[in-house]
Amino acid sequence: MATTAREPGVASTTGLGESASGPLSVADRVELLRYMLLMRGIEERALNLYRQGKVPGSFYDGCGQEAVSAGAAFALAPEDRLCVLHRDLAAHLVRGVEPERIFAQYMGRASGITGGRDGNVHFGDRRLGCVGMVSMLPDMMPVAAGMAMAFKLRGERRCALTWLGDGATSRGDFHEAMNWAALQRLPVIFVLENNQYAYSTPLRLQFAVDPVERAAAYGAVGQTVDGNDVEAVFAATLRARERALDGAGPTLIEAVTMRMHGHAAHDDMRYVPAEQLEHWRARDPIMLQQARLQAQGVDVEATRNAVAEQLDAALARALQQPLPDPASATEGVFCEGEAEPLGDGQAPYSGYAARGTDRV
Amino acid sequence: MSEMTYLQAISDGLREELRADERVFLMGEDIAVLGGAFKVTDGLAAEFGRERVIDTPLAESAIVGTAIGAAVVGMRPVCEMQFADFISCGFDQLVNVAGKMHYRQRLAVPLTIRLPSGGGFSGGPFHSQNPEAWFMHAPGLKVVAPATASDAKGLLIAAIHDPNPVLFFEHKHLYRRIKEDVAPGRFETPFAARVAREGRDLTVVAYGAMVWSALEATADLDGASIEVLDLRSLVPLDERAILHSVRKCSKLVIVDEANATCAAGAQVAALVAEHAFEHLDGPVVRVATPDVPIAFSPPLERALLPQVEQIKEACRELLEY
Repeated sequence: MATTAREPGVASTTGLGESASGPLSVADRVELLRYMLLMRGIEERALNLYRQGKVPGSFYDGCGQEAVSAGAAFALAPEDRLCVLHRDLAAHLVRGVEPERIFAQYMGRASGITGGRDGNVHFGDRRLGCVGMVSMLPDMMPVAAGMAMAFKLRGERRCALTWLGDGATSRGDFHEAMNWAALQRLPVIFVLENNQYAYSTPLRLQFAVDPVERAAAYGAVGQTVDGNDVEAVFAATLRARERALDGAGPTLIEAVTMRMHGHAAHDDMRYVPAEQLEHWRARDPIMLQQARLQAQGVDVEATRNAVAEQLDAALARALQQPLPDPASATEGVFCEGEAEPLGDGQAPYSGYAARGTDRV
Repeated sequence: MSEMTYLQAISDGLREELRADERVFLMGEDIAVLGGAFKVTDGLAAEFGRERVIDTPLAESAIVGTAIGAAVVGMRPVCEMQFADFISCGFDQLVNVAGKMHYRQRLAVPLTIRLPSGGGFSGGPFHSQNPEAWFMHAPGLKVVAPATASDAKGLLIAAIHDPNPVLFFEHKHLYRRIKEDVAPGRFETPFAARVAREGRDLTVVAYGAMVWSALEATADLDGASIEVLDLRSLVPLDERAILHSVRKCSKLVIVDEANATCAAGAQVAALVAEHAFEHLDGPVVRVATPDVPIAFSPPLERALLPQVEQIKEACRELLEY
């Protein structure tokens, strides 16, 4: 159940090198690393594009938080549905969005996921089971609860998951969704990405009680995990998914992490004490997973190089993509044909593949 | 055909859709056990079960938000706001999530929200509003407002079939006042205007309860031939029907029960000014509720809402112009 720890110690909750989550094979664990590397690699390159003036508007990233989206998305099945937030790029990668389309998305190109309709990580590929976030937070909590409500009404064994930030817990939709989901015992997972700051507002100015403590008051399960340990996030999500499918209702997972960059690229983060950043830099989620794998004799350099090569090629292609046709700006406000619901995404967790369709 | 009130026609539309399409489910506050504050859903929980007629917590944002979630995974939710006024608490989900979804990611949100609206019976500032225009201004939302029992059923069914979010404004003052023969089974009324009465000398454009006020006001107006155009749909707005009528009659009175500024009628006036100016034989005249909250006490409420006499007067003055 809930704990109040906001900053777990340097050692991960599972212990380095230990098998964090029984069902993960070594290949799965390398995949988790690879998704985090992809996310960071894409965001580093996109930040450069932004500084070169090739990404219009503003630029948001999830540097330091890669484990939260990679770990949670990796625990889901293809038929599960996700509402992905702006610091959760790895979730899109796990579901199968190609990096080239993500670069194109940042640059407002026609081949981006929204075709230039929306910017940065405000996207969701409907064919892969994802709903794109809106800026009002946590608006995706009721939406995810509604998807779960439909699954329950239809008697389907699947779940919905959304992420939310610490700041979003102050808004009414947090309360409405937690109450609703617990009341109806919905198969939904809320991953609270506690990254210490909502723009410049620290936790102590956001709430008097850690939001994970509120879960029990609603009749939901609350659990805190080390948000920088990708396997711990995976394991917590997997358990929450099992509970959801067993009819035990929603789980609020608080993944404690740190936003290592500003709120957006323009933000110099002068409000963050240097020692706080130093503390978290030593606990970098990619570094932790690399160390864990190296201890098992995995050649992580090979993974790093493959990712860099893949991303350089993807970026080169994305740069060749055209901007959208201004004549198309007014198209698509309404659906003119049949409503096509969200499709299934990629779910590379090998445990599921091995177990076939009758997975938990 | 069987005779039904406006309210019964809405219930009938819901029943037909619940029977025909297992994806359809209803949710709202007090709609199952109680049958709704106005009894529109009375008996539906008994017939279709509590899983398809769901009593929700008092949480308008979650009603709209969860309906969006259910819609994008293939359901056809029909939500009830207990009063249209309370949609303000679900505004964000509707305008920012539902309304922009298809444009941003080509994901349809087949969602219907029923909004009992309108004044005339001392509901006061929070149970009398006509907030159609809030949503006309927000891209991606359709807005319909039936005046007759048949249209109430047909527009509701069309709304449930539509792949987009549709706001269905049902006027509370018409619930039990209006009665007519309504066709059985499932039929769709198009999101387009209807000529409620043909005429030659002047057009009155109205929707919802004001259609009846306009018909009454112009039933016998010194022998003049008055056309009454019932908009039925505000988004999409039937521009062709409006312009056709105005070009024919050359004089236009627009009646809104909503507060005047930026109301549906203001959009009609702008449309006519842009596209039918040269056909006008007089200024466009508007009769609308002033920009004041709807007062509770009967004489105050009457002083605010457009009355039959006012519409008559407006038409007379314009006919003499």
